[in-house]
Amino acid sequence: MAEKESVIEVRGLYKIFGPRVSTAKKLADEGVPRAEILKKTGCTPAVVNAEFSIERSETFVIMGLSGSGKSTLLRLLNRLIEPTYGEVLLDGEDIAHQGVAALREIRRRKFAMVFQHFGLLPHRNVLENVGFGLEIQGMPPKERTDKSMQAIEVVGLDGYANSRISELSGGMQQRVGLARALATDPEILLMDEAFSALDPLIRTQMQDELIELQARLHKTVIFITHDLDEALKLGDRIVIMKDGVIDQIDTPEGILTNPATDYVRTFVENVDRSKVLTAGSIMHKTNVVANHKDGPQQAVRAMEKNDHSSLFVVDHDRRFLGLVRIDDALAEAKKGGRSLEPILVRDVATVPVDANLKDMIPLARESKLPVPVLHDDGRFGGIVTRARLLTALSSETEESS
Amino acid sequence: MISIPIGHYFELLINWMTDNWSGFFNGVERLVDTLIDFFETVFSFPHPFVMVALLAALAWWATGWRKYGLALFTVIGFTLIIGMGLWSRTMQTLSLVLVSTLMALFIGIPVGIWAGRSVRVERVVRPILDFMQTMPAFVYLIPAVFFFSIGKVPGAVATVVFAMPPCVRLTTLGLRQVQHDVIEASDAFGCTPMQQLFKVQLPMALPNILAGVNQTIMLALSMVVIAALIGAGGLGGQVVRGIQQLRLGIGFESGIAIVILAMYLDRITHALGSWSARKQAG
Repeated sequence: MAEKESVIEVRGLYKIFGPRVSTAKKLADEGVPRAEILKKTGCTPAVVNAEFSIERSETFVIMGLSGSGKSTLLRLLNRLIEPTYGEVLLDGEDIAHQGVAALREIRRRKFAMVFQHFGLLPHRNVLENVGFGLEIQGMPPKERTDKSMQAIEVVGLDGYANSRISELSGGMQQRVGLARALATDPEILLMDEAFSALDPLIRTQMQDELIELQARLHKTVIFITHDLDEALKLGDRIVIMKDGVIDQIDTPEGILTNPATDYVRTFVENVDRSKVLTAGSIMHKTNVVANHKDGPQQAVRAMEKNDHSSLFVVDHDRRFLGLVRIDDALAEAKKGGRSLEPILVRDVATVPVDANLKDMIPLARESKLPVPVLHDDGRFGGIVTRARLLTALSSETEESS
Repeated sequence: MISIPIGHYFELLINWMTDNWSGFFNGVERLVDTLIDFFETVFSFPHPFVMVALLAALAWWATGWRKYGLALFTVIGFTLIIGMGLWSRTMQTLSLVLVSTLMALFIGIPVGIWAGRSVRVERVVRPILDFMQTMPAFVYLIPAVFFFSIGKVPGAVATVVFAMPPCVRLTTLGLRQVQHDVIEASDAFGCTPMQQLFKVQLPMALPNILAGVNQTIMLALSMVVIAALIGAGGLGGQVVRGIQQLRLGIGFESGIAIVILAMYLDRITHALGSWSARKQAG
């Protein structure tokens, strides 16, 4: 994998609305609740001491309920809102120190934004809306039209270039919004509750398409949502915010298996875990396996010692070969056989590490044996027993370690 | 008892302005006079029936080719005016209204834009507009006569003062009504303030601005009789004559002519306004 390179680095970032920011900052740092700070100082701390870095090509989701400061945090990144304290480093340079013209240029080239309520221009058609960012950059009309048409194609709006915005459904309007953002070929895509105004079916479809787009375009996407399912589905990493404070920054699995605070835990309890957790995250990394060079005698001993009725067999690279059953191994040992080869069962159902638990349920139903989990290169990763699968599917998170 | 002779100070101010700013007022007078004369000449140049045909064609174009009601009304209405012998006076009034409206828009729209983009400016502009609108229109006539003496020009200037407020207000309203996320989007894509104004705010405020233009024209027309009191002439002059000489027929005829002209201008600007609103709504 390529070296991870951070595109945006946020250090000690605060946004406090109100007249007495320094007092409010002190109180916020002491962990005084927001309502109390407002009563004491008349200030609302919207973002408190945010600290993270966003890597190139990752989808970074900022999740929180309304009023959690997530939208403010997003707008601090391209300085639509001025930070009160702290730094937002864009390729190492603090965006707060840019002049008006430089900031404008950064917004034109580096960022593009997609809005919850689309923010389209009703007096222009689809093509003219998509070309808006390019027009602002001062690109000549012909080139602009070419690029806009490409972006229209990318979001699947071919044939609608000359339609009026008001003729389009909400989902299609947001495609226009997305195309407008993609047309300028920005490094960073800021998406503010981009799918929240759409009805659930269209929303799921747009999420799938964003994932597909992302697989092709590798943009750095910063996505705001109040919906944890959406966050878990889209995010490479997720920030969970509450009252302006970041509770946890982790991968979707990390959030689910290891919630940092009670707040995150209550969120996570309502999630359909089977869609998010993967075999790799719940598997038991066992060393109780037979090497293909081992004899039946050794295998029997290992099974007896661990109270197993069967044993998985791997080669010297830990690549998965199959399994042996205890009765076969005993019979082979009696015959004086020296190799596991004749009794090796190769036809064993396995799952890859990134398989969803949902997909493992039928497998676990059919087989009494634990399901072996394999890495991409065929190496044996571990096993998932029925008990482990059931534990992981229930919302009690303490058990999974 | 206290005495605050504010009227006295106002008089002093107007006198001082008359004495010291005469150059400015002379310039304005010459400009406005030239403009009014120009339009009068243009409107009176073709044969009245040719002019009626042109006005009807404009109406037909503005309402869309499928509707011909306004065009028909134009032909009948203006033929009636010709029949009443009021054609040249109607063209005088039309010129006066047109020039007053243009001046009101020329000042009013930029002020409206300024107020629409700055809350502070709006806070200053709003009470001035209230003042301009509620002060009885007759009161404007006195300083106008001081500055520009008797005639069309003081009439036009008083009309501008009276007719401008709705244009400013509706332009401001139009700019304010542009949705927040559209403005934010234009900021996020790196618009300069001018790009934001011309590519986003003004196009989206256009239906409101056109409604302001319509209101300004209507108010300007309502001033023609009042302006006639200081010699602005035209149809208003006829009405004033009707009053002074108690001649019912003359007053009624010129009143009808004003109504026809008002309806024509209202329907045309209204049609343009709803056309631009339709364009946005799809």
